[in-house]
Amino acid sequence: MQRTAALPAVRTALAVAVAGAVIALSACGSSDSSGGSAGGFKAPDIPMAKKLGDKEGAVNILAWPGYAEDGSNDPATDWVTPFEKDTGCQATVKYFGSSDEALNLMKSGDYDVVSASGDATLRLIAGGYVQPVNTDLLTNYADIQPFLKNTAYNSVGGQMYGMPQGWGANLLTYNPDVVKPAPTSWADMFDASSPYQGKVSAYDSPIYIADAALVLMKTTPDLKITNPYALDKKQFDAAVALLKKQRGIVGEYWSDYAAQQQAFEKGDDVLGTSWQVIVNLVEADKKPIQGVVPDEGSTGWSDTWMINSKTKHVNCAYAWLDYIGGPQGNAAAAYYFGEAPANAKACDTIATVDKDPTFCDTFHAADAAYAKKIWYWTTPISQCLDGRTNVKCVPYSEWAKAWTEIKG
Amino acid sequence: MSLRQPGPRAGVATGLLLGPPLLWLGVAYLGALAALLVTAFFSVGEFTSEVIKVFTLDNFSSLLSEPIYRTVAFRTIGIAVLVTVVDAVLALPIAFFMAKVASPRVQRALVIAVLMPLWASYLVKAYAWRAMLSASGPLSSMGLHIGYGLPGLIITLGYLWLPYMILPVYAGLQRLPGSLLEASADLGASAGTTFRRVVIPSIFPSLVAGSIFTFSLTMGDYIAVKIVGGPTQMIGNVIYESVGTANNLPFAAAYAFVPILVMLVYLWAVRRTGALENL
Repeated sequence: MQRTAALPAVRTALAVAVAGAVIALSACGSSDSSGGSAGGFKAPDIPMAKKLGDKEGAVNILAWPGYAEDGSNDPATDWVTPFEKDTGCQATVKYFGSSDEALNLMKSGDYDVVSASGDATLRLIAGGYVQPVNTDLLTNYADIQPFLKNTAYNSVGGQMYGMPQGWGANLLTYNPDVVKPAPTSWADMFDASSPYQGKVSAYDSPIYIADAALVLMKTTPDLKITNPYALDKKQFDAAVALLKKQRGIVGEYWSDYAAQQQAFEKGDDVLGTSWQVIVNLVEADKKPIQGVVPDEGSTGWSDTWMINSKTKHVNCAYAWLDYIGGPQGNAAAAYYFGEAPANAKACDTIATVDKDPTFCDTFHAADAAYAKKIWYWTTPISQCLDGRTNVKCVPYSEWAKAWTEIKG
Repeated sequence: MSLRQPGPRAGVATGLLLGPPLLWLGVAYLGALAALLVTAFFSVGEFTSEVIKVFTLDNFSSLLSEPIYRTVAFRTIGIAVLVTVVDAVLALPIAFFMAKVASPRVQRALVIAVLMPLWASYLVKAYAWRAMLSASGPLSSMGLHIGYGLPGLIITLGYLWLPYMILPVYAGLQRLPGSLLEASADLGASAGTTFRRVVIPSIFPSLVAGSIFTFSLTMGDYIAVKIVGGPTQMIGNVIYESVGTANNLPFAAAYAFVPILVMLVYLWAVRRTGALENL
């Protein structure tokens, strides 16, 4: 694909980013568990901007690699410079490699805006590191897909905390030449007697435990799992046991997306969990691959641009949010990264400017039903995210420990 | 003049010369290590992952009580031993040929050939092996399918660290006088006997010196494991994930005690062989 062909240098950075994206997790549930706060979660009282004033002339941007390209990786890839020309806000971009890193950097107050994944957002809000965002001041907010507004991971009690950027689902991915019949459920990746033993590729992050929980939601209704990120001890142990069984058929746990792409192309992997962007890359190399979201749904990510509570450039920060959530900025970033853009009009931009009219269909950008099937990455906390109060859930720190144990 | 005692100015000069490196060694190098080890006795908050600076032995007790960490530690030591053995077996004949058989011109060419891979990035070499071991890679097309996992990992690490074994062994063999080999042959010893009773004992310290490199470099590796190790985990991976994924620096620090201890024991054991003078 042109998008990726244009940026080999960024590939590694992106891979690191994506790996990082996967890493930390904090926010809440899927869109159907949506709305408002997670089990009594209270946001600190941070003032919100009421109106905008003169631009300060500078903005410091903290972003996933590929979200704010200023031409330094590839002179042809630059949507930061037009923003600077339009607004007079000189942008300084720093890329981060993981949600944990983003969280640490945001504490400093040196960065005005951050592109936070659903696994960092609630921790940023809870820590008081980001401020509520007045969406009336963002002209492009109206064009954001409705299912990305006021979700559990970017708002608290109906108050938005940022501008949605884009989202994507983890796909059940397979080589149609080898895997017959085609897999229809994630459970096919957890079959200890799978004929594809040694060629199954699982995602290398504790958050992948949620994928096992998603399978259990379907196969073992007795466990009564309603949200794969809200697991009590018994449910958690069942998910871990399932993953330990899966360990026997796993060929690789991947976190570098270029490595997984290569493994699919060379036939080292034939069945696994993957991303749309990887599927596209493999297809571009004319190798057999299929990616689907099975009926039971998928895990995935959704990113939101947030504003530091200690920002000294609030007007430029709003200008950036409006730009990056607008038809030009959002289209450029989502197209470059390979995800569904949050802004509905971004699809038109991609179709006309980038001459890729099928892009948004490929990523199901406007497909709310598809988006609803996704359980967005969320940091599991002791307080059950599904609202249960009679039991404690297993927090992320325990997920991380169990993950080491699962891999053995 | 030459008999003059070093004056106070010489002391100042020595101080200026040694000061910065010593400061570096003491503060930046050992200081960082000390900070790391102190961190091992702290813990982290659940939601914010901030380090809580209160003394606790929790990290060490979970290290000891949970079998997974023992499994990973023993696996890592096992891999390090295997890689060292593979490298020693490969390095001996190569180094012997270089030092005792090859003409000076060939010798120089071979030294360059051995050093050449060190000019390429570690990552490039590891990814090259990923391609080699792949199901559709060159090895597979020759009917030798290895794939990603323990065997592939040992091959890759053995390749990566081989120069560090060849060079000390080569240096050791160069110091071995050719007359010793001739004397042994004159006294009727076969080539095998000479090798076993003359060559090996005299270059043993060099072999051990090389093994310090291959062993310690393998102990600390975690990147090659990710690239060619399949689902395998080594100590380095667990530490890396404790920091990067779990944001649990204290536990990572506690686990870092394991390779440090293993290396201390190893160095203590090889101290008497004279290997440390052959590094």
